[in-house]
Amino acid sequence: MTIYYLKTPVREEEVRRLRVGDIIYVSGVVVTARDAAHRRMIDYVKEGKTLPVDLKDGVIYHCGPVVSKKGGGWEVISAGPTTSARLELYEPTVIEEVGVRIVVGKGGMGPKTAEACSKYGAAYVTFTGGAGVLAANAIRKVIGVEWLDLGIPEALWVFETENFGPLIVTIDGTGRNYIEEVVERAKAVKSKMPTKFTQSTFP
Amino acid sequence: METIRRAVISIPPDIKEAIRKAYLEEDGEVAKAQLKAILDNIELAEKLQRPMCQDTGTIIFYVRVGHSFPAIHVTEEALIKAVRRATQDVPLRPNSVNPFTSANTGDNTGRYIPFIHWEVIAGEELEFTVVPKGGGSEYPAVLKMVPPGKGVDAIKEVVLDAVLQAGAMPCPPTIVGVGVGGGADIAMVLAKKAASLRKVGTRNEDPVLARLEEELHKLVNYLGIGVMGMGGRTTALAVHVEYAHRHPANYPVAVVFQCWATRRATATVKPDASYTITQ
Ligand code: SF4
Repeated sequence: MTIYYLKTPVREEEVRRLRVGDIIYVSGVVVTARDAAHRRMIDYVKEGKTLPVDLKDGVIYHCGPVVSKKGGGWEVISAGPTTSARLELYEPTVIEEVGVRIVVGKGGMGPKTAEACSKYGAAYVTFTGGAGVLAANAIRKVIGVEWLDLGIPEALWVFETENFGPLIVTIDGTGRNYIEEVVERAKAVKSKMPTKFTQSTFP
Repeated sequence: METIRRAVISIPPDIKEAIRKAYLEEDGEVAKAQLKAILDNIELAEKLQRPMCQDTGTIIFYVRVGHSFPAIHVTEEALIKAVRRATQDVPLRPNSVNPFTSANTGDNTGRYIPFIHWEVIAGEELEFTVVPKGGGSEYPAVLKMVPPGKGVDAIKEVVLDAVLQAGAMPCPPTIVGVGVGGGADIAMVLAKKAASLRKVGTRNEDPVLARLEEELHKLVNYLGIGVMGMGGRTTALAVHVEYAHRHPANYPVAVVFQCWATRRATATVKPDASYTITQ
């Protein structure tokens, strides 16, 4: 396991170096995107329109933050990750067409994303689920917000972060998928367990 | 309202202790790093007085009302109002959505929501526990009506399968609540109480069930799913089992998960409306 401190934009060779189980901290620009934003990004790509935020070599975060208006700007109250599995439908296209290098979420993603990561040089990393205050604490400021018509949680929030992490590399550029490996191992362990309770529990 | 605020901001001491213990016992770096992140998050939430997790859940109340508590007739209304105010003031994320139109009421109330479990006891005080229950931890809940002939061993199968199926979804380390018997609804209610209400570190007073809890806990952790599904020793902080007598033809087994972000606070209200909050 190695710890890396990365700055955005992230270059391909920096991502290719990462291996599952490594821990990274990201400083720079991080953009939130959930289901609706992913869908719209893909529509934009199809129609050949430019995205309002440049995500080439960028970082996407599966997160619907809790924000409040403060003065003329926004304050982030809590910004923990949302379940990434739902975005498996869109993420491979976004990695391929938009050139995203790092995808942050929780809970793991599927084989299509793993394939896109290895093909185009990207990584899927997880932030500790529920740790919304800790995430908000790494956000220095809100640079901007786009697509607010999708609602606050679904909009593209552009954050400036400082050492956002710990983020655990869960899918790396070789296509390894850590959570899937853990679950497969757990299934194998279970299949070898005796089906009955021990004598000492139920004599 | 203060009780809801306390519940979403401060983690109960039993849970904090259990997470700290898990942190000390883990040897994997990935698991340790994430448990550290959880502990840091808990501290920060207290310090900044912010909800520990952005999903402030669906609000459930477990009420034990004394038969001569003077404000019994306005209790329900007061609890609903408290949810509305907490949504604005804490703030809570609006999580109450119509299942057919997807319209969000915006204030965490709605049909049957907040849900209130009533229990009438002797006396003149009111005691209630509020449990804001996160969506990710509710998602992998399971109810199985197993063939009674399979007997107790079916419990093991159902629980281990549920934990495997849940994977990283309920933000492990979790508390696994198991409800056995009664009927479909009763098993589910017992499982949720076991997961969210019972303190970690307590054992079932029935020695057989206490052993069952310990064995299930060992087996669940032996699967090695670990913190956030990234492997390690700690998948569950505890397994709690509750039961009701069953119909001879039925053997309901329910499993409900409580994520590490266990939100629970209890208020005891005196007849003169003075109250104390405990966790
Ligand atoms: S499962 Fe629990 S800790 Fe995880 S995001 Fe949901 S409420 Fe928060």
